[in-house]
Amino acid sequence: MKRGSPLAAALRRFRRNRWAVASLIALAVIAAAAAAAPLIEAMLGIDPEAVDLLARNAPPSVAHPLGTDELGRDVLARLLRGGQISLAVGLATAVIAAVIGTIIGLLAGYYGGPLDALLMRLTDGVIALPLLPLLIVLAAVDPSKLGLAPEVLQSPLAGVGRIVVIIALIGWTTVARLVRAATLAVRSREFVRAAVAVGAGPARIMLRHILPNVASPIIVATTLSVGNIILLESALSFLGLGVQPPLPSWGNMLTGALELIWSAPALAVWPGALIFLTVLAFNFLGDGLQDALDPKAETMQVRA
Amino acid sequence: MMRHLLSRLGQAVVVMIVMSFVIYGLMGLMPGDPIDVMIATNPNLTAADAERLRALHGLDQPLLERYWNWLSAVAGGDLGYSRLFGRPVLEVMAAPLGNTALLMSLSLLMALAVALPLGAAAALRPNSIFDRLVNLLAFAGISMPVFWLALMLIIVFAVMLGVLPAGGVQTVGGGDLVDRARHLVLPVATLSAASIGQYVRHMRAAMIETLRNDYIRTARAKGAGWVRVVTRHALRNALIPVVTILALDVGTLFSGALITETVFAYPGMGKLIFDSIMGSDFNLALTALLLATGLTLLGNLLADAAYVWLDPRTARR
Repeated sequence: MKRGSPLAAALRRFRRNRWAVASLIALAVIAAAAAAAPLIEAMLGIDPEAVDLLARNAPPSVAHPLGTDELGRDVLARLLRGGQISLAVGLATAVIAAVIGTIIGLLAGYYGGPLDALLMRLTDGVIALPLLPLLIVLAAVDPSKLGLAPEVLQSPLAGVGRIVVIIALIGWTTVARLVRAATLAVRSREFVRAAVAVGAGPARIMLRHILPNVASPIIVATTLSVGNIILLESALSFLGLGVQPPLPSWGNMLTGALELIWSAPALAVWPGALIFLTVLAFNFLGDGLQDALDPKAETMQVRA
Repeated sequence: MMRHLLSRLGQAVVVMIVMSFVIYGLMGLMPGDPIDVMIATNPNLTAADAERLRALHGLDQPLLERYWNWLSAVAGGDLGYSRLFGRPVLEVMAAPLGNTALLMSLSLLMALAVALPLGAAAALRPNSIFDRLVNLLAFAGISMPVFWLALMLIIVFAVMLGVLPAGGVQTVGGGDLVDRARHLVLPVATLSAASIGQYVRHMRAAMIETLRNDYIRTARAKGAGWVRVVTRHALRNALIPVVTILALDVGTLFSGALITETVFAYPGMGKLIFDSIMGSDFNLALTALLLATGLTLLGNLLADAAYVWLDPRTARR
């Protein structure tokens, strides 16, 4: 990277934001720990799925550093496995939603006219919907009535795929609006007109010439959306509508917390604390990226 | 500007009609259908009876036809019966609507009472220690999983300290006003904490933006005191975007209380929506969801109208 290039300047601005740097480190640690779950389990000699009804709700011990849950399973191991799911869902959904939003924003901004009007009315419509009740309805839909094969639905990952799809279906609007606005701003610039003049097709112009110039808002909005998606996934899983047990996620580890709140309140602490820290880190990171990549932009708007 | 608002109204009506069809269709994709539910509760029904019942209730007709029948019934004021409660849908929704309105308005008032002064004060001294603390608090607020905050509050105030009830609206067997108020403390605290972060950020951003304006400098130059400039000139203008956000939130809050109401077993609209979907109560779920959609759309319209009404500059454009 050249000194004095825009990217180097952005990196310098990012490094100065202590919260953003700390968040990046924290996220790296959480992700590494989740990825190394099998290794950590082997080191400690614990089996994440082993049920031990004689050691339910055990306090922390050498064998179980964070104690055991209501079925005697190791809490630390389940937190790590749950972290894999929660992080994977958050990142995958954010990327899919960003791709949908980018395509819609590019088409609307580049072609304008009736297509733009149609796509933006669609975007307005989706934004104006009550998010949580709609997600709950979508999560409660019986997929076999949509004609999906039963063997697909039996696999434990089907529930994870479903949550990714339904959140992505609703979560693309912010990116679509940002990309459309940025595309409108870039569309009439000289280098785009030059590309048209030398005969480049619309697809090539959008992907090669416009997309790189609207990348900053996409990156910022996508980073900020990961936190929101993790919050939505955990809320749905908490309500029993997201990731399905025995597969753990930080949200569904809290599903039973309300019934157990008088007998084992400590169980409710860790999964939620990790959700909170992870979401906080993604929000700080997004904020830092915004300041670094787009110093003129207004403060962000995060809506949970 | 009137034309703009009218076109937004037209859009909202279109979204509402489309959504009524989408939600009606989604109800058909829920596990089971009303006849399955009947069979499950009555072992004497045979498969042949089920077919006859389906034909009787028109469930064997195509989706569009069923939707049209339902829409005609709704237009005639017939929203159907709730399966879970065995009463007309409208009757079932009356009490939860009141409960949610109470919970919402208290939480909003609480959130605004904390967030607006904090946001405005932070904006007066950007990057001071106070501003950074407020900013940290705001970030924590928007990053907090609501259901976990609710659980933590229950653990601290109900389980450990035992000073507040963990859920419900009143002590079993009825309670006085104090008892009802005590049941509201934790849900209100949860909901307001969840929205404080957002309002602080908006208030702070709007205030900083406003203080940069020329008319602020002019007012100072003409000898107006700092306090007068902040309260009379800046604050009033900075509140415009905040009021817009507030109107947007009204609809969201109505259903957004779903998680809080469920955790605290508070019988409001959010919990009703959740319970009706989980309990295959199609009529109730459909009506409650459409009401939530309608209120959210109304909130958006109010936001538009509020913007025009509060900021005369937009009206002239």
